[in-house]
Amino acid sequence: MDLRFRDAEPTAEEREAVDALLGPPASAWDGGERTATDLRVAARAESSRDLLLPALHAVNDRVGWISEGALDYICRRLTVPPAEAYGVATFYSLLSVQPRPPRVLHVCTDLACHAKGADAVRRRVEERLGPPGESWQPSPCLGLCERAPAALALEAGDPPTADVYGPVLPETIGDGIWTGLPGPDGVPLNGSSSTTSNGTAASDGPRARQTGDAGEPPAEAAVPQAGQDGLVLLRRIGVADPASLDDYRANGGYAALRRAFRLGPAGVIREVLESGLVGRGGAAFPTGRKWDAAARQPDHPHYLVCNADESEPGTFKDRVIMEGDPYALVEAMTIAAYATGCAKGYLYIRGEYPRAVRRLEHAIATARARGLLGAGILGHDFDFDIELRRGAGAYICGEETAIFNSIEGFRGEPRSKPPFPVEKGLFGKPTVVNNVETLVNVLPILEHGAQAYAATGTGSSTGTKLFCVSGGVARPGIYELPFGATLRELMDLAGPVGETRAVLLGGAAGAFVTDPDIPLTFEGTRQAGATLGSGVVLVLDDSVDLKAILLRIAEFFRDESCGQCVPCRVGTVRQEEALHRLSERVDERDLLLLREVGQTMRDASICGLGQTAWNAVESAIDRLGVYR
Amino acid sequence: MIPLQPPRRLVDVEIDGENVRVPEGSTILDACAAAGKDVPTLCYGDTLTPKNACRVCVVEVEGSRTLAPACSRKVEPGMTVGTDTERTRHSRKVVLELLGSSVDLSTTPRAAEWIEEYGAEPGRFGDDAATVEQPAKVDNELYVRDYGKCILCYKCVDACGEQWQNSFAIGVAGRGFDATISTEFDAPLTDSACVYCGNCVEVCPTGALSFKTEFDMRAEGTWDESRQTETTTICSYCGVGCNLTLHVQDNKIVKVTSPHDNPVTHGNLCVKGRFGFGYV
Repeated sequence: MDLRFRDAEPTAEEREAVDALLGPPASAWDGGERTATDLRVAARAESSRDLLLPALHAVNDRVGWISEGALDYICRRLTVPPAEAYGVATFYSLLSVQPRPPRVLHVCTDLACHAKGADAVRRRVEERLGPPGESWQPSPCLGLCERAPAALALEAGDPPTADVYGPVLPETIGDGIWTGLPGPDGVPLNGSSSTTSNGTAASDGPRARQTGDAGEPPAEAAVPQAGQDGLVLLRRIGVADPASLDDYRANGGYAALRRAFRLGPAGVIREVLESGLVGRGGAAFPTGRKWDAAARQPDHPHYLVCNADESEPGTFKDRVIMEGDPYALVEAMTIAAYATGCAKGYLYIRGEYPRAVRRLEHAIATARARGLLGAGILGHDFDFDIELRRGAGAYICGEETAIFNSIEGFRGEPRSKPPFPVEKGLFGKPTVVNNVETLVNVLPILEHGAQAYAATGTGSSTGTKLFCVSGGVARPGIYELPFGATLRELMDLAGPVGETRAVLLGGAAGAFVTDPDIPLTFEGTRQAGATLGSGVVLVLDDSVDLKAILLRIAEFFRDESCGQCVPCRVGTVRQEEALHRLSERVDERDLLLLREVGQTMRDASICGLGQTAWNAVESAIDRLGVYR
Repeated sequence: MIPLQPPRRLVDVEIDGENVRVPEGSTILDACAAAGKDVPTLCYGDTLTPKNACRVCVVEVEGSRTLAPACSRKVEPGMTVGTDTERTRHSRKVVLELLGSSVDLSTTPRAAEWIEEYGAEPGRFGDDAATVEQPAKVDNELYVRDYGKCILCYKCVDACGEQWQNSFAIGVAGRGFDATISTEFDAPLTDSACVYCGNCVEVCPTGALSFKTEFDMRAEGTWDESRQTETTTICSYCGVGCNLTLHVQDNKIVKVTSPHDNPVTHGNLCVKGRFGFGYV
């Protein structure tokens, strides 16, 4: 490709960050020193566009932002046109192409944190650091809802660090949150913790400030049921050491993979089909059918993508699994790959989950070292490996086709379907894409058999489900219940505080419900005009300003729309504008306008983001009578 | 001229109750054209693979939960398509309102006609509705980028990139409503990889990209298409023999286009053919 560059040079630091990921440049053609050979021999440009996002991360993690020189150098190394790379860099909210300080505080202002007083935190931060911009920014849901209100500080450097704060109480905010350094009195930071990494390559993302998980509560702190009998998906959380493969195996790990090898790929798919497992990411598509369709595709190679870009506001179940039981995901991905004939799996994890990234890196490396990933797994003729990819702050990349574009190094815009991922997915090849929770469900199916699995739950919703309970409850966290339990049963476990006014089921793309006897199944919620979505149960008590919650939902969709199609790009803006007007005075014309715009977003948007952007607002108007 | 192609199977589809037979692999839009239906399009380009981003061409396909973009959905045997149902008319109306309220559609051919046809009222979102209004970018002598008129159809990016020119001077930057067409770091075109072939101008559906001559004449108020003649001739610069269509007003060339049905160039030209008419 004939590329034209402007004359911007990278700094030594930027060059080093990129070279640490890609290795030193081979010739002057890709950014090295010019030698006599370069004038005689042209270098072959290998297609490595998919390393664009990791390379942008490398610079952003080291310097804090991506300068023109750094972008040019990355483009030279990867043979990517600078205009396209700029488009990719400006797509993600964690990357900056403007100079900014190394430490950036991300203050969650999303639903669960909002319901817990994130506004006061926001005001306090604004008093201290000025208007949002360089050194801090309001953030969409950080997936720390059980510790709401939460904040995440990412500090560039070598190595970069990440500090998680939650709950942040504005009156007791110490100095640490601004500087990252412990307070002068040596008192531990307010609810803060630093994360650490065992560390492999330089681009692996934020890591250690200190060794150990100083301060940050362990993953099981988010699981009030931890250690109880009867748990299936959460049974190892708080029981087995997430860093120890031996502990994982001692607690039943890798029994499912052994059974999978005995059954053979077709047998595994049959079990999954018979179990009635459906996708847990929100769309509830039968997993067995997806696997079967992908396995039958004649085109090769097949790819497996694990969607761990958990960004639906109020969702944190995948984070808890990845932090508390990372080997389960590695094993489940291996089984999925075996069943569908994939030799390579991508684990796409959101960039705001530093501890989950670190735990999974460790788990993948350990599994590889022990022969549980790589060539000839467990002595069978089956090769499989997992590559971990970090997102960079874009809700839309959790869409099943946008995730492909993001991995391939393009803007994370959804593709139009058909063709479906099982036909043409990642790199144009047949691809299986599954959510974290869906994948880990495969383990009990294989351990105990499809019949035993299907015996739990209802006829069309089998097994157990993870629910992310946050908001006005005494014990927020992840709960595992068999399908068929009612909202009331779940609420009783979590202990509602105050008078519950409504519950938002399914997150920002879900709907408000008021009936506590609604059965928490796919069919039950559908009948009630709601959705289980990703399992969000956000409890809103009467102290919460519903209009403000709706505005936040509208703002979320406006921020996270990729901008590709008109109904969503402009419709989400018009929805937010109308809600602003409505929160001041109720006007029938604005309600009609919302309905018309909402219907068009639902009918004519390319992907699920636009199609669901009006769900929650509609249910709040119709069921809660917010603007009456 | 009939391009030679391998024989293709014909499939039957029903469009608004009428049976139409089209070759396999055709789009719904092709089938609509065969049935004589006028479906509005903006991001569709006859020489490009559509991005199906504008969503004005949506139609109702029986059995589909959402509406389908006619420009890119392929026909399937037995498909039943409604082009004029209440749902499609509603979506088109609102999409036109969303576009009309955020983008200057004054130079978009047929926009006013569609807005009237579908009963769209772009003004209903109020005077404070956010728009993409911004000053036009005039950074070279050949063409102007007036992104206040841009509907983000991606056609210029596709024409500049891998679909035609392979210059990759522009891309889509930013996200959501703030997304724009931009060079790297929004550098002026003269610093970018642009080769001034003008193939982006050729495909722009709204007049956001226009010849500097046209832009200046519109600013002066002298641009008058009714007084223009179009003459198709052959470019005199090299031996390729590209077709040029000269748009002449008051005996002066005011812009140059190229016929899209030319089997060699498909409407594409180079800087000389497109802009090198000053000597005439």
